Amino acid sequence: MVTINYESELRRAGARATHGWRRVAFLAQRHILGSIGLVIMVAFVATALSATIICRYDPLAIDAAHALARPDWRHWMGTDSFGRDVWSRIVHGARISLAVGIGSTALGASLGVVVGLISGYLSGWVDLVFQRVTDILQALPLLVLALVMTSALGPSLPNVIIAIAIPLIPTVSRVIRANTLALRELPFVEAAKSIGMSETRIVLRHVLPNTLAPLIVLATAQLGSTILTEASLSFLGLGIPEPYPSWGRMLSESAAEYVRVAPWLVIFPGIAISLAVFGTNLFGDALRDILDPRQRG
Amino acid sequence: MFAYLVRRLALMLVTLVGISIVIFVLLRVVPGNIVDILFSAAGYVDPADKANLERELGIDQPLVVQYLHWIGGLLHGDLGYSYVSEKPALQEILPRIPITAKLAGLALLFSASLGIPLGVISAVNQGTRLDYALRVVSLSGLSLPSFWLGLLILMASVTLFDVMPIFNPDPKTFWQGFATYAIPAMAVGFRSSALTMRITRSSMLEVLRQDYIRTARAKGASNASVNFQHALKNAILPVITVIGIEAAFLIGGLIVTETVFNIPGVARFLVEAIRWRDYPIVQNLVMLIAVVVVSANFIVDMLYAVFDPRIRYTD
Repeated sequence: MVTINYESELRRAGARATHGWRRVAFLAQRHILGSIGLVIMVAFVATALSATIICRYDPLAIDAAHALARPDWRHWMGTDSFGRDVWSRIVHGARISLAVGIGSTALGASLGVVVGLISGYLSGWVDLVFQRVTDILQALPLLVLALVMTSALGPSLPNVIIAIAIPLIPTVSRVIRANTLALRELPFVEAAKSIGMSETRIVLRHVLPNTLAPLIVLATAQLGSTILTEASLSFLGLGIPEPYPSWGRMLSESAAEYVRVAPWLVIFPGIAISLAVFGTNLFGDALRDILDPRQRG
Repeated sequence: MFAYLVRRLALMLVTLVGISIVIFVLLRVVPGNIVDILFSAAGYVDPADKANLERELGIDQPLVVQYLHWIGGLLHGDLGYSYVSEKPALQEILPRIPITAKLAGLALLFSASLGIPLGVISAVNQGTRLDYALRVVSLSGLSLPSFWLGLLILMASVTLFDVMPIFNPDPKTFWQGFATYAIPAMAVGFRSSALTMRITRSSMLEVLRQDYIRTARAKGASNASVNFQHALKNAILPVITVIGIEAAFLIGGLIVTETVFNIPGVARFLVEAIRWRDYPIVQNLVMLIAVVVVSANFIVDMLYAVFDPRIRYTD
């Protein structure tokens, strides 16, 4: 049975906490999972930024004498088959994951916004063409398109970012287009038109700001999947090239053959990927609840 | 309805033609073709030899001619020849399809049989600790890369049973077959079960708020009857619609999982072909994937109308 819990309803209304830090504290308390996600994300970014300070070894330094060393006080996540320190590689790998995650989400989302706004506001044949192109991009799984794109562009960090960003465009542009279509009919747009505002100005000043909330929600939701896709590409050997320490790459080096002799090579990079993606997913979910309450489950 | 079907099929065709052009162009903007790669190992190359090989492979012709040649062949069931094995591409691709299809089917089954009940349980207990726990589990499921899950399974079976599950093309006993297909299918399906669970949960929550659920409760129907007979029946529809999305999701999982478990299916073949720049194989495989995704979406739309009598496609 559904019962109404007045206390939680009151708290949900947030009656006494509408400003500043109290509101942040209130939100954090209400969205415990989201706060955990935020903490993980902050830790992830901090690790990436301070990578050179917090690790004791060069992630690329080869030390054959200590190859496949077990985790101990010196190498506390062990070393790989070249004797490179796993902890240092994971910490530096955070930079790559972060660069790809933020880079391709930002690129894909901004291109998606442009396409969605144009398509939704202009309609007509422009919309029709954009829609068909969107259909084409959406008929291929993210990983397949990214694989073909990286093989076409060649493996390097900027190319991986582009290859993952392009498949994101349709997801974003669909949502922005639908939003724009709905907004276009609203009285405030009509009012803006009636006072002689230019179309470009209406789109940028009135339509765009009103699509920001769903855009932020969508972009955060995509962040996790871009990190995962980069890991998959690198795992398959078609992402970030050697010798850069990408998490996915670390797993592909250690795959199958080291499962028996060096389990630490499998466990730690996997935990790093999962934790980073888990954090962004938790945070994205909470953000959706806060910014887009109609979607709340 | 008929007009809608025709329009829909025409759009599918437009999409597929578009994909074929995109893939064809993408694969050919790469600097350096297969001939360069083959000859790069040889050191000095006689330009005449190179030109000969290019002519033989047909890559000296203009792109438009090459494209039309490919599409023309496709319509006749001639997919060209693999650069690497020099066998007809069809012969290379066909035997691998059943392996991947079996894996995908099992993975979908696993994902539905785990995701739907858990989604219902989570929705019925909304806001409780159980719901929280299940939501965290499903989110972490979405966060685990499937290749890592596969590696963990390999590691567990090595340490616990001291055997490495190796793909067995011709399983004799039930257990061999199980190890061959079910374990990798679980690694793939786990991730999509998390997706299924989330969608089932939100769709159930939507339905549980409806008036007819209140009516059912008021007339004294048992909890189980309300949840499963009244609510789930209506909540399952959106779950069906995401099977199309899940098809795309599954293919991503299959690509990495087949690589981890060394399964000779089409998904791993795609990665190998991309590495070798075996374009005839790559372009045909990508088309195959596109056809699967596009038709999955089409079938889902049709199923939607069949299951929900309120929806009628008219034009």
